[in-house]
Amino acid sequence: MEWLAETPWSIALHESRYVFLIVLTIHVLTLTVFVGTAVMIDLRLLGMTMSRVPVSQVMSRLLPWTGAGLLLMIASGALLFYAAPLVRYHNVFFRFKMAVLVLAVANAWVFHRTAYRSVALWDLDPVPPRAARVAGGLSLLSWALMITAGRMMAYQGYWFD
Amino acid sequence: MSVLELCRWIQYSEPLVAMRASPWLFPVIATIHLMGLAVIGGAVLLVDLRLLGLGLRDQPAAQLARDAERWLRGGLMVSVSTGILLFMCFATKYYYLRFFWIKMAALLLVLVFTFSVHRRVAMADDARVTPGRSRAVALVSLSLWTLVAFGGRWIGFP
Repeated sequence: MEWLAETPWSIALHESRYVFLIVLTIHVLTLTVFVGTAVMIDLRLLGMTMSRVPVSQVMSRLLPWTGAGLLLMIASGALLFYAAPLVRYHNVFFRFKMAVLVLAVANAWVFHRTAYRSVALWDLDPVPPRAARVAGGLSLLSWALMITAGRMMAYQGYWFD
Repeated sequence: MSVLELCRWIQYSEPLVAMRASPWLFPVIATIHLMGLAVIGGAVLLVDLRLLGLGLRDQPAAQLARDAERWLRGGLMVSVSTGILLFMCFATKYYYLRFFWIKMAALLLVLVFTFSVHRRVAMADDARVTPGRSRAVALVSLSLWTLVAFGGRWIGFP
């Protein structure tokens, strides 16, 4: 970690006046694409929107946008980490955020491997079965926790020092 | 009373002084503000991607617009109310920030546009709107919303 912090590009990014802020802006604005589309999918799984649109269609047409948003989130997030590896590593909200990210991806993976396999049976149901609603609810909760942790990373000192 | 005096009066009124005494209230409100942003983003993209011929392109735009509007209104209610609180905490500081005024102007424009032209085009029968017109409306909407979010992020930068 110390080695990473001492690489010339890390120092350049850390000390840059605008590049860092632009990367941070991209990271925050991509939230609308990544979490935005994920929330609409989750709300469909909860039966709270687009009740006349088949679940499989919501998934196949919106999930690519969520995926693209996630890639951009991870790429810009990796750069933000690289700009100050030690500070991020020691930030409790950062660790919490990464843990929630792993759980959120695991939740989506489990859902696609289990409940979603039988989507043909409930594709047109306005309110999907319980297993799908639980996955959607857990997903929504994880985005809320990730946004909270992400915002609080800047305020670690307020809470703990 | 000038706008600056009004800002000063708000910021140093008793409830706001009490609010600022808590170091974590501001970040908590800012977090809720961001959650509202995520919901607005989802609701706006649902309709605008469709108008661009992307996303849920097999569904009628009017249906998606009706589905999204509830969540757009909900997201707006959360973001605007928390945004007013965030503004009141440091009103005089924001008064002097160019990005704050850019954001407010873009927000006003996009709200008027969304609930007039955008709404009419999205709710119209798909057969009666040319794809070019739909695309133009979606691009104006996405650009203005991006400017609002961009201004919001840059308000917080040194």
